[in-house]
Amino acid sequence: MTTTTPTAAASRAVGTAHTRVEGLAKVTGAARYAGEVPHPELAHGWLVLATVARGRVRSVEEAPVLDMPGVLAVLHHGNAPRLEAGYMGVFGPPDPVLQLFQHDRVPYVGWPVALVVAETPEQAREAAETLTVRYDAEPHDVAFFAGHSGMYTPEGAEESRGDLESELASSAVVVDAEYTTPEEHHSSMEPHAAIARWDGGRLEVVDSNQGSRFVADELAKLFSLDAESVRVRSEHVGGGFGSKGTRPHQVSAAMAATVLHRPVRVVLTRRQMFALVGYRSPTVQRVRLGADHDGRLRAVDHVSECLTSTVHEFVERAADFGHPLYDANAHHTASRVVRLDVPTPTWMRAPGEAPGSFALESALDELAEKCGIDPIELRVRNEPSVGPLTGLPFSSRNLLACFEEGARRFGWADRDPRPGVRREGRWLLGTGTAASAFPTLSAPSTAAVTAEADGTFTVRITAADIGTGSRTALTQIAADALGTTPGRIRMRIADSDFGAAIMAGGSMGTRSWAWAITVAARALRERLVPGVALPPEGITERSDTSAAVGALTEKERHAFGAQFAEVAVDVGTGEVRVRRMLGIFAAGRIVNPLTARGQFVGGMTWGLSMALHEEATRDQASGGHVGADLAGYHFAAHADVPAIEADWVDDPDPDDPVGIKGIGEIGVVGAAAAVANAVWHATGVRHRNLPIRPDRVLNAVGGADGA
Amino acid sequence: MAPSTSSAITLNINNKKYTLPVDHRTTLLDALREQLDLTGTKKGCDQGQCGACTVLVDGRRAVSCLQLAVAAEGREITTIEGVADGERLHPVQQAFLDLDGYQCGYCTPGQICSAIAVIEEHAAGWPSAVTDDVRSEAGPPPLTAEEIRERMSGNLCRCGAYVSIVQAVARAAGAQVPAEPDSGPPRSGAQGSGTGSDTEEVAA
Amino acid sequence: MKEFGYDRAHDVQGAVALLGGDPEARFLGGGTNLVDLMKAGVERPTRLVDVRELPLGRIEFSPEDGLRIGATVTNSELAAHPEVRRHYPALAQAVLAGASGQLRNMATVGGNLLQRTRCGYFTDLTKPCNKRTPGSGCPAIEGEHHNHAVLGASEHCVATHPSDMAVALTALDAVVAYESADGPGELPLSDLYLPVGDTPHLETALPAGALITAVTLPAAPVAATSRYRKVRERASYAFAIGSVAAALDVQGDVVRDVRLAFGAVASRPWRATTAERLLTGGPVSAEAFAAAADAELAAARPLPHNGYKVTLMRNLVVAVLTELAEEAAR
Repeated sequence: MTTTTPTAAASRAVGTAHTRVEGLAKVTGAARYAGEVPHPELAHGWLVLATVARGRVRSVEEAPVLDMPGVLAVLHHGNAPRLEAGYMGVFGPPDPVLQLFQHDRVPYVGWPVALVVAETPEQAREAAETLTVRYDAEPHDVAFFAGHSGMYTPEGAEESRGDLESELASSAVVVDAEYTTPEEHHSSMEPHAAIARWDGGRLEVVDSNQGSRFVADELAKLFSLDAESVRVRSEHVGGGFGSKGTRPHQVSAAMAATVLHRPVRVVLTRRQMFALVGYRSPTVQRVRLGADHDGRLRAVDHVSECLTSTVHEFVERAADFGHPLYDANAHHTASRVVRLDVPTPTWMRAPGEAPGSFALESALDELAEKCGIDPIELRVRNEPSVGPLTGLPFSSRNLLACFEEGARRFGWADRDPRPGVRREGRWLLGTGTAASAFPTLSAPSTAAVTAEADGTFTVRITAADIGTGSRTALTQIAADALGTTPGRIRMRIADSDFGAAIMAGGSMGTRSWAWAITVAARALRERLVPGVALPPEGITERSDTSAAVGALTEKERHAFGAQFAEVAVDVGTGEVRVRRMLGIFAAGRIVNPLTARGQFVGGMTWGLSMALHEEATRDQASGGHVGADLAGYHFAAHADVPAIEADWVDDPDPDDPVGIKGIGEIGVVGAAAAVANAVWHATGVRHRNLPIRPDRVLNAVGGADGA
Repeated sequence: MAPSTSSAITLNINNKKYTLPVDHRTTLLDALREQLDLTGTKKGCDQGQCGACTVLVDGRRAVSCLQLAVAAEGREITTIEGVADGERLHPVQQAFLDLDGYQCGYCTPGQICSAIAVIEEHAAGWPSAVTDDVRSEAGPPPLTAEEIRERMSGNLCRCGAYVSIVQAVARAAGAQVPAEPDSGPPRSGAQGSGTGSDTEEVAA
Repeated sequence: MKEFGYDRAHDVQGAVALLGGDPEARFLGGGTNLVDLMKAGVERPTRLVDVRELPLGRIEFSPEDGLRIGATVTNSELAAHPEVRRHYPALAQAVLAGASGQLRNMATVGGNLLQRTRCGYFTDLTKPCNKRTPGSGCPAIEGEHHNHAVLGASEHCVATHPSDMAVALTALDAVVAYESADGPGELPLSDLYLPVGDTPHLETALPAGALITAVTLPAAPVAATSRYRKVRERASYAFAIGSVAAALDVQGDVVRDVRLAFGAVASRPWRATTAERLLTGGPVSAEAFAAAADAELAAARPLPHNGYKVTLMRNLVVAVLTELAEEAAR
């Protein structure tokens, strides 16, 4: 393979802390996000969402609204242009919510039923609120619980190896427990926004997304356009976390721009985001662990149940989390799902791994307690030499190194394992740990690198920087591959015209984009002859890593980590405070220590937030949320987040063509379990239901284990 | 007679006067973003629940999403576009840049405006919800990490950049910067308040 | 949000006259609740009368007369005021426990008292709510109510009052001064909020079109030993799930004077008069504090998912009174 990147020793930029290349724009307010690009004649669209959980739209009474000041159009199923429905998306059949206003069926509260377009946002909002939509409602079912009669196991969502039941039967120690996680929402700070306009026969969209080429391709399919007729740009994105793919805001903006022949902007309200951009399904997970007295695992059984909508299947594969982690004679995992009258869930930061790690890593802690073994030692005793389910070798595996370094820095050796014995004023103190793992994936991407006549370089790639620091990391990668300094690189990203590239997701963006950039940069470097002047347009080399990615040898590729948390619990008030967290990760080559630390710590902050705060509540009677806003849906605020440290151990893989592993998601994984395990250590009570709210802590007092 | 539902107003923003017609429904946030092209002030929730739209009104931080533009006439408004001294960044901006006090950047202008006010409020001796003794004779509380966190809590950051934001605010305030990562093993918390062990904090 | 007229008032009588008894007009203070509710469609005024520039922005204190807080004083100004902090620390703490720095800079004292519940059904037009639409029902009782009322609620409404400040003011015997078309008037804060009964949409006893002009607190040495403790589901920037404002004066081992009010458990700040009666003249002990709390909470009628509040309030009363007793002993 000719694509091996330079070794760390030859690097100059990679591995050194660099402030963000767009940092100045962000701290001065100059960075423009999607809804902020001015256009003359811009019209404003406001979505109207269904208020029944199941039924049909009987009528949309648009006439009075069309008479309101400034109102330009009301689009609904009775008048909307037809969209193409029969296409196949990159990840399978598309979510039917993109088929805006194509029929009268309502499959859940929050299904878009109309778009009101007006001259100003105030007029659009008032008109949308005034629009009367009548429904024929039907009985609905939004109740998610374990063992729902509609629960089924989707194809490919169950794996087993060995004789589980007989291994459990012959286990000296068995943990059999049920864990639940609630519905969680991405809640990016920037609401989804798009401005669509037609320009010279092309549909031009300025959007907030995680993959401009993906969105462009999907819009082209929906509107039956050539791929070249759609351009999507997304220079600055105010967070995504899995929610910013193709969504109704782009589709409705493009539809209205087509009908009205003028630019149209659609921005989701915070409340609308709770219905329209996906979420993490709640889960009910049963974990059964069987072990010998010494903690050596015989059986690992993890069955997770989740929900999806009636119109689209998305499965939160929580049971897959443990696949690479522990050796055992028998394994069984299954992720099951039930279809309810609710919106379709989607990927949310560490999909599957976040809730799955809470259950499995809590169960491991329970096993350690039952065996009387230190939780870290338990993991040492069950460390596999090859993939427990696949038998494949690991590309690199440094989980135990993470625990070793973490234990040293956290002061784990001094820990008294007994629960509920450390008090400081009104607070009970405890510490906990958990393992973390996340797959290292790669996807084909293309890149173009230009040597400009003035001695600088321009890189063009449809990468996205949703806050991950990818723009800066890729600049460093390019600089090293070109043998120049980051200051001479112009990194242009997030424009679908730059060609195919993987979206920001699955922690594979930077790995995959860096690969493509490196290939193009090395080819370009070969063509540059010292002393020879470049043509005015410069020299450009392009790359496509499809073949190289396809040729990657089959291995168990994962990043690993060890999470540690210390908590204080007031059992009189139910308050839980995290006092400190430490995460040590083995995640390949770290490109930019400054922004990488932010990714790890940010993920751990998500884990803290998941452990203590996050929970969307669905009202059974109406089928909609209660408190669908940031006062009703809490995620951690400044005061909840203590000093969190993240660091990493060496994790080299000389055979890997890139050496980079994803770091955007692994910080979440295991963090909630570490907090929950620390709460047990503080109080002696296992909290198996997230979030660990004050009422749950209070209700647990009095001996009821398993709050 | 139906009252007029719009007005021509003059807003004083970043020491510049803007005269504009406003629909009375227009918030200061929307006037800035939609009418004056001052898009640095962000709309995160439009409900006063996230702090992304924080600006300074008469020197005090406020959420511009709940401030009607028409009611802001006569006040001195400072937005993120107006906090730097020409080309020289405000120390808070510089600290956010240097210490990576952000990720996606969308909450950042609000965090920065809020932090500027936090430093001034603290300098004026204002207590906070985590101040041990709010009595005036107890004197001003030290600007510990715990105090910064509480005072900054009206600014949500979904990326989870809080840890570096607090470091940036502390540096800009001239408070002893809480321990940078890698500065040594953290010690076990030993303070009375469970709201943060923070043994790295300034003592007084 | 529908279109509305806007007027800025410059004197109190002028403000009341501008409102003109129009039931569709509202006074605009800091706007932190009203503007939000207008965006949600819960409030749909045709006119706003801006009262922020009224000359009601002063805080006055004297040892004899106590504290007088102008209605347009902001929450921040109140919490930062040296005399408030010195003589009524619970009030400063309560204000600081509420909302965020930004919102406290905007919110006025008068507006704080009149803010509406944050019940998720009340603020969502797509759902029934007796408080918003009388007769439509209260879905919280069968639905999501883990942060709803356990005291003084009815089968028509179980919403709680969201203010922290008002809890401390209630404990400290605040009196609300107002101006109406019929002239000035006064109302003890404990009488401001109407019982829920079958009229949850009727929230206060203020005459129609009245404007709160000031809140006064009597001079009370007991208030110097006071504190406010709030429990919430986030460490900051969240509404209470339970709170206690308390003031305590002890002589030796005997309670000489005590003030106690609960937040987030009822449709109004809950003055714990039963507990106060039991505590006064009684011993300073955790057992006595717990017994008094239990007596007060005997009236609690929890729903299936908010019974923890009874435990929480009991524990909070014991914890806060114990802390105050230790403070008083120093």
